Amino acid sequence: MKIFKLGLSLVLTLATFYALNTKLGSLPPLGKFLSPSQGVWQNEVTESKKESDINLKGLSAPVTVKYDEHLVPHIFAENPMDLYKSQGYVTAQHRLWQMEFQTHASSGRLSEIIGETALNYDRTERRRGMVFGAEEKLKTWENDKEVLDYVDAYADGVNQYINSLNPEDYPVEYKLLDYAPEEWTRKKTALLLMYMTKMLAGGDSDLEYTNFLKKYGKERFDLLYPDFFDVNDPIIPAETDWSNLENTIQTPVPSSEMPLDYMKETIEKPHPDNGSNNWAVSPEKSYSGNPILANDPHLKLNLPSIWYAMQLSTPEQNTYGVSLPGAAGIVIGFNEHIAWGMTNATRDVIDWYKIEFEDETNSNYKYNNTWKATSKRVEEIKIRGKKTYLDTVTYTHHGPVTYDVNFKGNGEKIGYAMRWTGHLGGQNQRTLLDLNTSKNYEDYKNAIKTFLAPAQNVIFASTEGDIALWIQGKFPNKWKGQGKFLMDGSNPEHDWQSFIPQEHNAHTKNPERGFVSSANQHPVDSSYPYYVFNDGYEIYRNRVINDFFRSKDKFDIQDFKDLQNNNFNLQASELLPFMIPLVEKAELSSEEKEILNKVKSWNYNNDIDEVGPTIWQIWYDKLAELTWDEITNDSIALDYPFKYQTAYLLKNYPNDKFMDNLETPEIETANDLFEMAFKDAVAKLNELKTNKGTINWGEAKATYIGHLLQALPAFSRFDLPIGGYSGIVNATSQNHGPSWRMIVEMTSPPTALGVYPGGQSGNPGSKFYDDLVDTWASGEYLELNFMQDKNQNDGIIFSQTLNPSNE
Amino acid sequence: MNKNIKNFIFTIILAYVFSLYLPWWSIMLAAFISGFLIPLKKRAIFFIPFIAVAILWIVQSYILSSANDFILAEKIATLLKLKGNSTLLLLATGVVGGLAAGISGIFSKQCSTFFK
Repeated sequence: MKIFKLGLSLVLTLATFYALNTKLGSLPPLGKFLSPSQGVWQNEVTESKKESDINLKGLSAPVTVKYDEHLVPHIFAENPMDLYKSQGYVTAQHRLWQMEFQTHASSGRLSEIIGETALNYDRTERRRGMVFGAEEKLKTWENDKEVLDYVDAYADGVNQYINSLNPEDYPVEYKLLDYAPEEWTRKKTALLLMYMTKMLAGGDSDLEYTNFLKKYGKERFDLLYPDFFDVNDPIIPAETDWSNLENTIQTPVPSSEMPLDYMKETIEKPHPDNGSNNWAVSPEKSYSGNPILANDPHLKLNLPSIWYAMQLSTPEQNTYGVSLPGAAGIVIGFNEHIAWGMTNATRDVIDWYKIEFEDETNSNYKYNNTWKATSKRVEEIKIRGKKTYLDTVTYTHHGPVTYDVNFKGNGEKIGYAMRWTGHLGGQNQRTLLDLNTSKNYEDYKNAIKTFLAPAQNVIFASTEGDIALWIQGKFPNKWKGQGKFLMDGSNPEHDWQSFIPQEHNAHTKNPERGFVSSANQHPVDSSYPYYVFNDGYEIYRNRVINDFFRSKDKFDIQDFKDLQNNNFNLQASELLPFMIPLVEKAELSSEEKEILNKVKSWNYNNDIDEVGPTIWQIWYDKLAELTWDEITNDSIALDYPFKYQTAYLLKNYPNDKFMDNLETPEIETANDLFEMAFKDAVAKLNELKTNKGTINWGEAKATYIGHLLQALPAFSRFDLPIGGYSGIVNATSQNHGPSWRMIVEMTSPPTALGVYPGGQSGNPGSKFYDDLVDTWASGEYLELNFMQDKNQNDGIIFSQTLNPSNE
Repeated sequence: MNKNIKNFIFTIILAYVFSLYLPWWSIMLAAFISGFLIPLKKRAIFFIPFIAVAILWIVQSYILSSANDFILAEKIATLLKLKGNSTLLLLATGVVGGLAAGISGIFSKQCSTFFK
C-alpha cells in the first residue's frame, strides 16, 4: 500500500511538473510562464529611467546613448564601427523578438516556432528563393569589406545583448511560444532586406494575366489591363526631355510564341496597398526659402512597429530617422545636409518561365534546343513537434522552379521558374549607409547607384537648395510586352536580354514646376525610351498630391501636415456623381432614398464622423464584386482589374459583356449594377448599424494595429479613430497605412517632425510599446529632437554609457 | 509553534531563496524539503505548501506588476481569457504555483512515510 501511494504521488508530481513546464496547444507552459521570478511578470517593466554603464566588447571608445521622452536613442560614438555595434546593441534591447521573428518569416522558418500551420507559408518562402536571395546578397557584400565590417559590428552588438540575457529576461513572446533567441548573423541582416524586398517588389500578376489572356484574348485583356490609363500624372514630370539619354536601345520583340497555360492557384502576394507618398518643394515654392521634404511609407500596421527611430552620430556624421531593426543605419531620415525618403517604384521585376523537364527527376530542362542541367536545393523545414519536412526546389538559370509537380503545379515534367531581381544580390546596405553620410546631390546620386531591389523612388532635398527624385533599382530592359505573361523558359530570346543602364533610370532634379513627388504611380509617360507597363500603378493619390502643389505658389509646414492627413476620396468624387442620378431614377424605398441623399450630400472626405464614406465604400465594393463576378467565380487564378479601369469601364462601356451578372437570367448593364449594388449596400449598412450602433466611417473602418504574431488581440490596438482609406493620401485602411510620417525643413540644421503608429519598445509591458499610436491617429506629430551636442539634456529622460571592455 | 505555521514559514523562505538561483520548479523542491523536515498531517499536507507558495507568488507578482501599473498583467489576462482582469491573473498565478507546491508536498509526505 505504501509503495502504491508513493508511486502514485510520484506520478502525480511528475505529471504536474510536465504539464506546467510544457507548451500545450496554444497554452504557454503555465508554471514557467506565470512564475514571478522567471515568467511573464519579469516583463512587467517600462524601460529603466536610471543611468547605466554597460560593458561592450570591441568598442574603441566610450559611446553615449541618450534616450528622449519617447525612448528614441541618440547614439554618440567616435567612429562608424563603434556606432554600428552600438546600434545593434541598442536596437536589440528594445526589438529583439521582432528582429528574429521577421528573419524567421523571411527564411521560411515559422513552422519551427508555431508548428505545422505555417508549413505552407514556409514552403512558399523557400520556393520563392528567399534564402537563396539572401545568400546572393552576401556574395555581393563580400566584395565590400567596409560594409561587411559594419554589418558584422551590428551583429556583434546584437549578440552581446543576447548573451547578456538570462531566460527570465527574454521578451514575452519567447516565453509565450517557449523558445529562445539564437545568434544574430550577417545573413540575418540579408534576410531582413529580403523580407523588405518581398514586401515591396515581391508581387506580380503574370500568371493571372496569362490565365485571362488564354480565356478571353488579347483585345479584352488590353481593355481591362491597359499599359496606361486615360489619365496619367507620372512621377517624372511629363514634359521631361529624354533626348539627352545616349544610346537608348529598347529590346526588339521576338517573333516566337508564348506558352499559354492555366494556373489554378498562385503563391501569396504582398498586400497591394504596400505603397507610399513622398514629396518635396524647392526653395522658390517654400514659405521660408528652405526646401521641405515629406515621406510616409504605407505598410501593414503592426506592433512592434516595422520602424525604430534613432539618431546616429559620430564626429563625421549626424543622422536622424527611422531604421529597420536588423539593418545598419537609418533607412528614411535626414542629416545636417540632406533629407531623403522612399516610396515603392512598383515596377515589374518578377517574370515567369515555363520549364519543360527531360524526365520526372527534374535533372535537366530544355533550353536552346538542348538539355541543360538543373541544380537542386533541399530545403529542410523544421516543424515544432513533428518530423522535419524536406522540400526539394529545382533551380534553373532563370531562378527557382517555384511551381512543380509537388507544389501547385501542372503535373510531371512541367515547372514554372521565377526570374526576380530580388535574387540578383546587390548592395542595399551600402546605399543606406552612404545616404546616412551624404552631404549633397552628388553624394546622394552616388549612394543610390548600388541599390538594386526593391526599386524605390528615392526623394532628396538638401540645405543647399536642391530637390530631386531618382527611380532607382535594377530594371530589365524589356521588349514591349515582355514579362506581362508567362514566357517560354526554353527560348533564349525570352530571357532578360539586358538591363536599363543605371544612369538611364528615370529621374528629375530641380524641375521647373518647383516640386518633386511620388505616390507609386506610373514612373513616366509613354515618351520614356524604355518599356514600362502598368503593374498596378496608383492613379488617385498622385493626382491629389500634384494638384495640391500646382494649386498655389508657396507651401509651409502646415500645408505638409494637411496633405499627409488629407482624406479626399478622388475615386468617389469621380464615380459617385455619375452613379447617383442613375440610381435616383430607380424605384427606391424611403429608407433607400434617405441613404442615397446622405451620400449625395457627402463632401468626398473620408473623415471619421462622416457616413458618406461608409455608404460609398460598401456600395463600391459590391459594385466591383457584381461587375467582376466572372473573375471571382472562376476556378483559375485571375486578378481584379485596377480600380481606375473599373470606374472607366462602368462609365464608358456600360453595355460590355462583363457587366452582366451571371447569376441572374437577365442581361445587366452598368446602370443595373449600380442599382443592384446600392440596394444590397443598404441592407449591409443596416446590418452594420445593428452590430456597431453607427455607420460612421471611423467605426465602420475600425483601423487596428495587430501584433506581429498573428495579431494576438491582447497585444494589439483596435478601433483607432483615424480617417482615410486605400487610394487616399492618408492611406489608412483597416490594417494598413502610413507606417512613418516625416516632414523635414532644410534649415541648418534641419528641423523635423515625425510620428509612427507604435512605440519604441517591443515589450507589450512597456509604456513605450504603443505610446505614439494616439498621436499618430489624431494626425499630430512629434518634434524630432535632432541633438547637435551629446551633452545637451533637454528632453532627455536617461542615458547609457557603453564602455569598451576586453572581457 | 504549531507545525503548520513552521512549515508554512519555512516553505516561503526556502521557495524565495531557491527562486533566486533556480527555475520556477524550485517551489516544488522547496515544498518537498519543507514537508520532509517539518512533517504535516492530513489536509495540511497539501494546503500548507499550496497556500505558502500561492501567497509568495501573488505577493511577488503584485510587487512587480503594481510598479508598472499592471500594464502587462492586463494584457496577459486578456491573452489567457481572464477578461483582462489583472486580479484574476494574480489569482491564477497563485493557483498554479500553489498546485505545484501542494502536489510536491503530498509526494514529500509519501516519501517520508515510506523511508522512515
